[in-house]
Amino acid sequence: MAITLGHYLTVGAILFTLGIFGIFINRKNVIIILMSIELILLAVNINLVAFSSFLHDLVGQVFALLVLTVAAAETAIGLAILAVFFRNRGTIAVEDINLMKG
Amino acid sequence: MILPAALLPAVFFWIFAVVCVASAAMVITARNPVHSVLFLILAFVNASGLFMLLGAEFLAMILIVVYVGAVAVLFLFVVMMLDVDFAELRQGFLNYLPIGLIIGTIFAAELVLVVTVHWAFGPEATNVVAAPPPADMTNTEALGRLLYTRYVYFFEAAGVVLLIAMIGAIVLTLRHKPNVRRQNVRAQIARTPATAMEIRHVRPGQGI
Repeated sequence: MAITLGHYLTVGAILFTLGIFGIFINRKNVIIILMSIELILLAVNINLVAFSSFLHDLVGQVFALLVLTVAAAETAIGLAILAVFFRNRGTIAVEDINLMKG
Repeated sequence: MILPAALLPAVFFWIFAVVCVASAAMVITARNPVHSVLFLILAFVNASGLFMLLGAEFLAMILIVVYVGAVAVLFLFVVMMLDVDFAELRQGFLNYLPIGLIIGTIFAAELVLVVTVHWAFGPEATNVVAAPPPADMTNTEALGRLLYTRYVYFFEAAGVVLLIAMIGAIVLTLRHKPNVRRQNVRAQIARTPATAMEIRHVRPGQGI
């Protein structure tokens, strides 16, 4: 049975949903939430590359490369903020992050 | 049993896809965050295999280098460095599970229905292809020729994003402890023989 575009898009859709689901069920743990965001971006990349491959257009891969860059930058900054926050407050529970609340 | 060669891409697609989705599920449900990071690595390696099947070799390799080599190590480093009671952070896991499952199932069903019900590219879709891959080039070469010419500004912008991320991460986590003696370059350069040493004439039998 031939693998079609729909198969790849299904994998992307399931990964995306798992990322959303991970944010839902790990509402207190910022590290897992960051990993879920990585999963979501990976799903986006799979979609981009699948369309690029099946439409014979390289621009999708260029775009996926840029998404990858932004994902890496976002993770680095997010984890740096997390480390600083943990140093200052001694916790990373999401509901304790309310310093800027009025 | 020897598989016919035509069947191999499908077989590998199913292996990569199933392992990728399963390890993604383990990422969000694992009890230990270190296991989560390791499953994240597994998911990315299998996604890289999917990219390889799609003919995007360069992105597949980049995914391994960037995610497994850099991002996952960063995650591991932070997970192991922070002394957090992860069991406490899992409180309420079961409270959020039912509503999350309901919403997740509905969302996944919608997305999968959208992408699997029979559909095809419109006739316009194939006319607007911006950069068809040249037949006589590898994926890496074709991508490089595209990236360094037509999309060079986007490439530069990506580099700026990475530079800013690097500077931001360093600035955020750098700290000067007050009681740690650091190298004072200015004082070192300003030293002269006159301030650094003193010549005493020691008389025999008397000492200093």
